[in-house]
Amino acid sequence: MIRIENISKRFRKLQVLDSINATFSSGEVISLIGPNGSGKTTLIKSILGMVRPDSGKIIVDNTPINGDPSYREKIGYMPQIGRYPDNMRIGQLFKMLRNIRNVSESKTDNDLIVSFELEKIAEKPMRTLSGGTRQKVSAAIAFLFNPPILILDEPTAGLDPLSSEILKEKIIQEKQKNKLILITSHILSDLDEITTHIMYLQEGRMLFFKDIELLKEETGELRLGKAIARVMKGENFGNEWIDRMFDITTEKNKS
Amino acid sequence: MMKLSKYVLYDILKNKIIIAYTLFLFIVSLSMFQMEDNSSKAMLSLLNIVLIVLPLVSLIFTTIHYYNSYEFIELMSSQPMSRTKIILSEYAGVSISLLSAFWVGVGLPVLLFAADDTGFALLFSGTCLSLVFTSIAFFASVLARDKARGIGLCLLLWFYFALIYDGIVLLILFTFSDYPLEKLTLLLTALNPIDLGRIFIMLKMDISALMGYTGALYKDFFGSSTGVLFTTGIMLIWITLPLWLAERRFKKKDL
Repeated sequence: MIRIENISKRFRKLQVLDSINATFSSGEVISLIGPNGSGKTTLIKSILGMVRPDSGKIIVDNTPINGDPSYREKIGYMPQIGRYPDNMRIGQLFKMLRNIRNVSESKTDNDLIVSFELEKIAEKPMRTLSGGTRQKVSAAIAFLFNPPILILDEPTAGLDPLSSEILKEKIIQEKQKNKLILITSHILSDLDEITTHIMYLQEGRMLFFKDIELLKEETGELRLGKAIARVMKGENFGNEWIDRMFDITTEKNKS
Repeated sequence: MMKLSKYVLYDILKNKIIIAYTLFLFIVSLSMFQMEDNSSKAMLSLLNIVLIVLPLVSLIFTTIHYYNSYEFIELMSSQPMSRTKIILSEYAGVSISLLSAFWVGVGLPVLLFAADDTGFALLFSGTCLSLVFTSIAFFASVLARDKARGIGLCLLLWFYFALIYDGIVLLILFTFSDYPLEKLTLLLTALNPIDLGRIFIMLKMDISALMGYTGALYKDFFGSSTGVLFTTGIMLIWITLPLWLAERRFKKKDL
């Protein structure tokens, strides 16, 4: 569904993406992980056409991305930080998005609007919303048009446990519909239940891209955090970030 | 495109700044006409306000709006919508709101108290200047990386067009006062939309008689229909050129 060929991107002196190659197909849930500033968001934004890579090609559904924006109909995107026009009300925002794509309300996927109870606050202007509520709005927007590709940038950051559980349920539901889902997250335990592949980025380079079953088998670990830590250490990539990750997951296991 | 600008416009019109701006213009215009018995004197004072305040507010408001809706622009660019459409809708939204503020704030009083040639010239110049400086502000905002730089750049541009430019023109005129400079001054005027607007209005007033030979030449030129066409044409260039440059830059920009 998405093929990435030799993507490189430089921001001045910083090499954000260094010849990345990958193929994602439908039915897969790919977790993009890596320390802050490793290029995860830049990679996502390149797929969305928001960042123009210096070299390389991105092919979505057999058509390379050039200037034509229509391929984005197939992608639902949830940004890391969602900010919307101050005076627009929640209800209006959804109305506007449906209006722009000419889709009537009955034909959109309103599950998250219902389960996050956004209808009750539909009249609230966007500027009065808390960070978590905005995150809910962003999530509901990503799923709204029932797209075959979902790109979620830190979906559970800032959500309360209940909402984050609702969102996870929704992601699993969509996964069963044979969609392609790309997630970045720092909370590995969240990814554990849903992911099928792991892509690890560091300083713009892709250190590995592996099937999760294979990864667990190779390392002999059942938990994602530990498995990754094992791989990183084994292949001598051992860095502080992974150590910390490892600590957090073991602490969670104890409790 | 109209759909999107409708929502941008709706968001801005509810903004308190634009309401305050409308009220400010309205009160100032009204009090000018109330204080002076002679409506052409009032027009002259009003002219100076329009020429100073309008560009400044257009520049600053547009820049702030651009940076405040940055995330919204991001959201829109993740939708199946081309960048050109996005920036043009934003431009339409901002300029329509600034224009409505001007027409209500200055247009209404002028139509009430001085609905003559000069009045219409003032409204014409004001409309053009609002559009020109909105367009310039878009270019500056797309170029600058953050809000502070963007606003700084806009203030610099305003100083240049409103104050420094006149100084430079005067300097040139003094230095080369031995040569016939009428044609050159005409050209120099065209290079600054504020000057162009000023001369266009002044020549409709009686005071142009005080400007001597140059004034006569100007009156000859700007008074004729070629002059009106010339002014409109130059203003159109001033509107479209920065907007076109902004659009070109925006298309290649990483969001």
